[in-house]
Amino acid sequence: MTSAAAAAPARTRIAFEHVSVEFATPHGTMRVVDDVSYEIRDREFVAVIGPSGCGKTTMMNIVAGFVKPTAGHVLLDGRPVPGPGPDRGVMFQEYGVFPWLSVRDNIAFGLTLRANRVPDAERRQIVERYMRLMGLAEFADAWPKTLSGGMRQRLALARAYAVRPEFLLMDEPFGALDAQTRGAMQNLLLDVLAAEGKTVMLITHSVEEAIYLASRIVVMSARPTRIREIVDVPFPYPRHEALHESSLFNELRSHVRELVMLEYAAQARQTSPSTKGGDPP
Amino acid sequence: MLHRAALIATPWLVVVTLWWAVAASGLINPALVPSPAQVAVRFWQLLAHGTLGFDILISTGRVFAGVALGIAAAVPVGFVLGWYRTVRTFVDPLLNFFRALPPIALIPLVIVYFGIGEPAKIVILFYASFFAGVIVMYEGIAQISPLYVRVSRTLGASDGEIFRKVIVPLTVPHMLTALRVALGVAWATLVASELIAAQQGLGALIQNASSFFQLDIIYVGIICIGLIALAMDLVLRALSRRLVAWQERIA
Repeated sequence: MTSAAAAAPARTRIAFEHVSVEFATPHGTMRVVDDVSYEIRDREFVAVIGPSGCGKTTMMNIVAGFVKPTAGHVLLDGRPVPGPGPDRGVMFQEYGVFPWLSVRDNIAFGLTLRANRVPDAERRQIVERYMRLMGLAEFADAWPKTLSGGMRQRLALARAYAVRPEFLLMDEPFGALDAQTRGAMQNLLLDVLAAEGKTVMLITHSVEEAIYLASRIVVMSARPTRIREIVDVPFPYPRHEALHESSLFNELRSHVRELVMLEYAAQARQTSPSTKGGDPP
Repeated sequence: MLHRAALIATPWLVVVTLWWAVAASGLINPALVPSPAQVAVRFWQLLAHGTLGFDILISTGRVFAGVALGIAAAVPVGFVLGWYRTVRTFVDPLLNFFRALPPIALIPLVIVYFGIGEPAKIVILFYASFFAGVIVMYEGIAQISPLYVRVSRTLGASDGEIFRKVIVPLTVPHMLTALRVALGVAWATLVASELIAAQQGLGALIQNASSFFQLDIIYVGIICIGLIALAMDLVLRALSRRLVAWQERIA
């Protein structure tokens, strides 16, 4: 890449073009995503926020290669998304660390696959590097069952990073953690991204998390989900905890929170009569 | 350590004491309840001068053969049933039908189709271990979280790699449980299998003794079966603890 290219506006990496998704249910087809278009540029950190069950995860699953859109398409560097692959690292809320492998072997797992095999010496080097970066070095030989939730999520992040993905797709990665651990994980993620930049798509419920981490926030509506608003977060990186106290942060927070709360209310009106199964109001 | 040994020994001592008390009380005709001492003496006699050692060997061999064949068949079948929900829906009732049949009821048919030799006895044990094992296998495999498969796909694993590096390690604990259950069922079915014209084996020993009303020998046979089954279960449990130390909870 030339220096002129670095100065030019970043190229589009992920493009949603009029994407709709429908699922078959016992009560007929249900539209989950409705004509969504937006773009994620190179090294951009986009947070997608919206009411639970609105279809945010479905959008991430399309990029990951698990779900195909019913209409429209999602392009990855200009080409339709292929099946799941090591170019797109995924972090799930349920960690998904392999319980039968030690911390070290979990991180090495991807590097032992044919798709990204490296020489033994290099593999050991990569594993050591991410164990240090994620603060897991002293647990190298431990079983995941002995790790706390925060450490498991760090392990999942290390494992995803080890195969050098270009994209990082995260589905509520810190949703199951307590507030302190969650804050620490957010800072760790910012540090790691500062060291090795990725193009990131983060699905989250937390308005603060979205503002603190992302450069843009896509606010989604109730199901079938549409784009409600795309909010730019103008803070430069590196970011620090003190950001939470700035007045612009608070303004952004009230704005995004209001949008999200309205959609939560809409979603609740929509789902309560059918999902509560005839309970009295 | 001593404390633990005492805790383990206590229930055994209680049972033997009760047995001894019943035998010594005279409430029941002594010819019907041999005392523990009598049985111990008989055990020693059979072991030193009789064929007990040989009987144990023969029966253990049969159980091993039946369980080995049963598990060898139960693992692939259980795998297919556990992994493919639609297959399971259709095959499950059939499996439960065959599983419910008591092996002893099948003996006449087994004699007709397999004769009265060694294969017939092993067929009975195979039947019992297969159906016990296959249920444990497929219930376990059906519970494997699809999350691990998804994660490994995102890391670039091919179908073959997912099978070898994800499914197989997750299946090992269920194989060990299936093996334990099958061994238990096989020992419980041993006497039935040795109803088929067996000359040797613990089941044969018990049946021959019953023809001559030698209750002490029957006790010896029963206790041997129980102790060997217990010992094998303990060995398998120790093995499981080592092989699947990664599990959150050990079965």
